[in-house]
Amino acid sequence: MLAYYLRLGLRSLRRNPMLTSLMVLAIGFGVAASMTTYAVFRAVSGNPIPDKSAQLYKPLIDNWGHANGRTSDDPPNAMDYTDAAALMKDGKGVMQTVSYPLGLSVIPADPKAKPFRVYGYATYADFFPMFGVPFKYGGAWPADDDARHAPVAVIGEKINQRLFGGANSVGRSIDIEGNRYRIAGVTRAWNPQPRFYDVNNTGGFAADPPEVWIPFTRAVDLQIPTWGNNNCNGRVAPGWDGWLHSECIWLSYWVELPDAAAAARYKNYLHAYAAQQQQAGRFDWAPNVRLYNVTQWLADQHVVPQESQVSLLVAMGFLVVCLVNTIGLLLAKFMRRAPEIGVRRALGASRGEVYRQFLAEAAMVGVAGGVLGLLLTAGGVLGIGMVFDPDIARLARVDVSLIALTLLVAVVATVLAAFYPTWRAARVQPAWQLKSN
Amino acid sequence: MQIKPILSALRHHKAGTILIAVQIALTLAIVCNALFIIQQRITMLTRSTGIDEAHLIRLQNQWVGVDDKHVGSLMQTDLDTLRRLPGVADAYATNSTPLSNGGWSTGIGLKPGGKGERVQTAIYFADDHTLDTLGLKLVAGRNFRSSEVVDQMQHDGLDPPQVIVTRAVADKFFPDGDAVGKRVYLGNKPSIIVGVVARLQVPWVGGWAANWEGRSTLVPRRLMASGTNFVIRAKDGQIDKVLHSAPAALLASDRMRVIPDDDGVVTFAQMRQEAYQSDRGMAILMGVICVVLLGITAAGIVGLTSFWVGQRRKQIGVRRALGATRRDILSYFLTENLLIGATGVVLGMLLAVGMNQWLMNTFEMQRLSWPWIVSGVIVLLALGQAAVLAPAIRASRVPPVVATRTV
Repeated sequence: MLAYYLRLGLRSLRRNPMLTSLMVLAIGFGVAASMTTYAVFRAVSGNPIPDKSAQLYKPLIDNWGHANGRTSDDPPNAMDYTDAAALMKDGKGVMQTVSYPLGLSVIPADPKAKPFRVYGYATYADFFPMFGVPFKYGGAWPADDDARHAPVAVIGEKINQRLFGGANSVGRSIDIEGNRYRIAGVTRAWNPQPRFYDVNNTGGFAADPPEVWIPFTRAVDLQIPTWGNNNCNGRVAPGWDGWLHSECIWLSYWVELPDAAAAARYKNYLHAYAAQQQQAGRFDWAPNVRLYNVTQWLADQHVVPQESQVSLLVAMGFLVVCLVNTIGLLLAKFMRRAPEIGVRRALGASRGEVYRQFLAEAAMVGVAGGVLGLLLTAGGVLGIGMVFDPDIARLARVDVSLIALTLLVAVVATVLAAFYPTWRAARVQPAWQLKSN
Repeated sequence: MQIKPILSALRHHKAGTILIAVQIALTLAIVCNALFIIQQRITMLTRSTGIDEAHLIRLQNQWVGVDDKHVGSLMQTDLDTLRRLPGVADAYATNSTPLSNGGWSTGIGLKPGGKGERVQTAIYFADDHTLDTLGLKLVAGRNFRSSEVVDQMQHDGLDPPQVIVTRAVADKFFPDGDAVGKRVYLGNKPSIIVGVVARLQVPWVGGWAANWEGRSTLVPRRLMASGTNFVIRAKDGQIDKVLHSAPAALLASDRMRVIPDDDGVVTFAQMRQEAYQSDRGMAILMGVICVVLLGITAAGIVGLTSFWVGQRRKQIGVRRALGATRRDILSYFLTENLLIGATGVVLGMLLAVGMNQWLMNTFEMQRLSWPWIVSGVIVLLALGQAAVLAPAIRASRVPPVVATRTV
């Protein structure tokens, strides 16, 4: 019977090619606009580290209070050196790391080759296992290299290719700004999006993966300044040490905790630490601390760009208008066939049969709209680079799930839109129709 | 034209009437807000930076393996190299430029140590060549003297004895236009305003600097850091040549430096393009959505009205037979559409304001002004009339003889 209804539907749709193509176009455009913007939204609002997002925590300590007319009650979103060093020394988590971004010049051994710039992080050995950084050769430097302020480095696949032709370079050395570092490991390309571990400096999105990591302790010894943001509040004594011991925030602290109970204990610890600072006279305000897991942190920092949210909303509104449009057109189309329905009903078709017939016809419009929508979505995703930051645009992809979703949304939306017109069609009084004709 | 018969006819087509009205309302709400977004973005991306972008190049340079303390002589050598280059009019070194989206800002006020009323200002490191290079217009006072330009380490406090400020900063504290010679405080020591420039935009084009995008301060300082930005002014028609010759000349004079391959040397036209990319894209996207939306709404009106005309052929025939002119029939459908459209736009205005309110609460959006709503209303009513015209003309051509057929 369904096949018969589909044949009937096709015949009916062919009868008014204008009306049919209008509906298909409306559904196609509406679905494509929604799906294109959804592809971006999905890419930017995803979980960058699904396996561990509930175990990785971002502690924040308010070291600014309301000084200098600051009105926010939230702690600053990065940490100063004093607090980071204190937390690191206590080491209350399973693993912990503090890091800051670096922009460094690598000097190739070949004197004819030009020095080049690499970006990376000064961090602790725990960074690699905590964030699940994949290695091609070697691995993280041993933890005691942090304590020894050792000149070791982990480098990315790309600069390993550039400097060593892609060979296993573990144990060899690299010259960074005139200092030599022994290579402990070579990572595979690793660039989780959003870049949850460095939202402060990237806003959440950075196209190029980091390519070099060196021990935090070593970088501080060498007085390598942060390549990222540095926000100060209050007096800063001159020189590097003055800056280290200021209330300037420039560091990103992360801790791994096994479960919620451990997180609660850690929060108490943060609170106690801030209380101690208050007693010592450094903070003249009550302890104000936060502990966010990865998803909470991304939400708190509003990582999903406004453009993405606004355009998704506008596109969904657009889809709603297209559906209202489709309801109207289907209504016109179905009611025009009232005499035909009257005849069918008089010959014994139940209301359910009428429902099935017309919903099948609507579903065909939905499928056609979905196919058109799919083509337009593919075009739209290619054109996203015009609208969004390239760092974000390149994250949006057409994949199997997006294709399935596009078709599903098109069909479900059209069938939903068809319910009211179908209901009206099923209520056609056979006797009245037969009489009036 | 009698409205009553139209209303009673509409009562028989409640569903269709409501659907068209709702569609017009939603379309109005979306189009108003989308046009408003477009207008805001266009206002943003057409703002001037105050500098002569067409002649300017930014060159990002990083000296390799050098202590920050010794950057001064390298900077001077490089500046000499650049200024001597054929095609180069002038050059200077700085921490940041407009359109770069990264830089320094600090509070500025009339009292030392961060007290009293302060406003945020961008800090640009400058020397005596800066005004000439950027093509800034000095509206009062004088340029920096070369003797005033001194070295500054990155982590030291910023207390220059002289500053040049933009008119936006000067007017904030000295509305009478007598800022030159007055004291302002960036930190603990006073700075004398020696000059005022007409306009210089802050480095950030985005939201957080939106309220003070014209408040910039030039300080006579050379930043002692291994990374610096050279701003180069090319002579007329020489910019493409300088784009290649400048980095080549620097590398030839000293190989131990990094000038990034991708964005190391860019024109300010490219920087503008990049800085406003998402604003322009958003405007285009909203524009496309508006056009398609209006098209679909118009097509929907055509579709439903055609259906009604088909349904009412007999009634139209009867009216014509009873003496109604073609014009009467035409105006009947136009008026009917106007009534539905009017209901739709009233509903749509409420929706548009509500949607804008919600966007304002959720995102940094400004209040929708009435001209936008009024123009949206006019567009939609006109669109409705245009869409209904073809089916209405078809209706007016229904011959009176139809009345006599198939009773």
